[in-house]
Amino acid sequence: MARYGSHITLSPALWTRTLAAVLLGSAICATAQNVPLLSGGVGFLTSTNGGSTSYTPTIEPVLAMPLGQHFMVESRADLLESFAPNGGAQPGYDHTHFIGLSYLQGDYIASPHLTIVGGTFLIPFNTYNERLTPLWISNFQATPLIFSLGNMSGGAATGGMVRGSIISRPKYSFDYAAFFSSRVGTEQFTAKRSSGGRTSLYLPKQGLEIGLSYDRSLQGFPASHENFYGAHVWWEPANTAFRLRSEFARGHHAQGYWIEADYRTQAFGGLDSWIGRIEPVFRMQQTFRRDNAASDGLPSVNTQRADFGLDYNLPHNTRILTSYSRQFASNGNRNIWQTGIVYRFLFPTWKGK
Amino acid sequence: MTMTSRVLLLTFAALLSTPLHSQDAPLKAALPPPTESKQAATAAAPKPHESEGQRIFQQNCSRCHNAPEGFPPSISGTIVRHMRVRASLSQHDEQELLHFLNP
Repeated sequence: MARYGSHITLSPALWTRTLAAVLLGSAICATAQNVPLLSGGVGFLTSTNGGSTSYTPTIEPVLAMPLGQHFMVESRADLLESFAPNGGAQPGYDHTHFIGLSYLQGDYIASPHLTIVGGTFLIPFNTYNERLTPLWISNFQATPLIFSLGNMSGGAATGGMVRGSIISRPKYSFDYAAFFSSRVGTEQFTAKRSSGGRTSLYLPKQGLEIGLSYDRSLQGFPASHENFYGAHVWWEPANTAFRLRSEFARGHHAQGYWIEADYRTQAFGGLDSWIGRIEPVFRMQQTFRRDNAASDGLPSVNTQRADFGLDYNLPHNTRILTSYSRQFASNGNRNIWQTGIVYRFLFPTWKGK
Repeated sequence: MTMTSRVLLLTFAALLSTPLHSQDAPLKAALPPPTESKQAATAAAPKPHESEGQRIFQQNCSRCHNAPEGFPPSISGTIVRHMRVRASLSQHDEQELLHFLNP
């Protein structure tokens, strides 16, 4: 069970060497507030899909290391072990493990409105890939059905990106991101040749964000280029704990959308009362096939799915995630039950000056 | 035991294990401790940096994730720089956010 499709696998030895080298560099440049940090999430997840239950302990460490006044190196890794029942009426469980990098990028803040990113980075298409994939942020274990559209299946690109804020005012802000990825087929870094970008407008008073995305795969099946279009709308009214997020994505062979709402009440002692920590979540999603050339990761037939979640935000950066999903499709309906507990950690790599 | 029962039991156990009294808010806990005296707190309006930085924090950080429950000042600059890249903050926003986290 993969929460999202990281394609970058990395040996522990190489990960350790990379970590040590960048830490050393960062130690030389660190100032009082710029000590490198180690953050991330650790969790234990279960998923029962069509009657088969898998268990997945996982850890997603994040490393962020400033270098001087303008550089930063950051990376997120994904380490998991998945235990699933043996197939074919065999008793017992089998297990698989996975170690990989979600991204490993260098950032150069070139000007107040321009940041240049190089390396392997998350593709800036719609919002889910960049903002909601971390284990300690997502409300549901499962990514949306349309996740692979525009994210080149894996969600990572290897090349360069420019991004930043075009304008930021108290009443509105406008930002952008544009990238180019080369084709990389090594074991550590796999990416498709592609290019694209995203722009979005945010209205703080209304709590409204509207954005458009576009990218283009420059390789793959069929042997022609493929365009992907995306749009997202987030509405988070001020002074409430209600959030409505949605995305639409369209590719050459399929399209779909998801809408997710979550809410925490402040009416009974605030967000930190035992009632305020309860977080009901609902997500509705649909996918539509435009033809039968399934070059993407979407279901092979039109699919509808409703996800009902009930999360609980415990003290000390811990969340309990539970959800029930009902999926409807012409090739069979199914129930999906998921539970998990996630702890988010954050600390400096050393005490600092 | 069915999966439904397991989910209900888990949720119920979580509710029981949480103290009934109010906890420190995650956002408040992530913020620096107040430095003003009682007189200053009652007499003056919020500092410009504080209100502007708090607005930026709520509009860019809290929209996606709960604020972590406290962190040492030594990594505040690293967090802000990470957020500048991830959330496409302007230089002004970055500075205000840094002042907010380190008044």
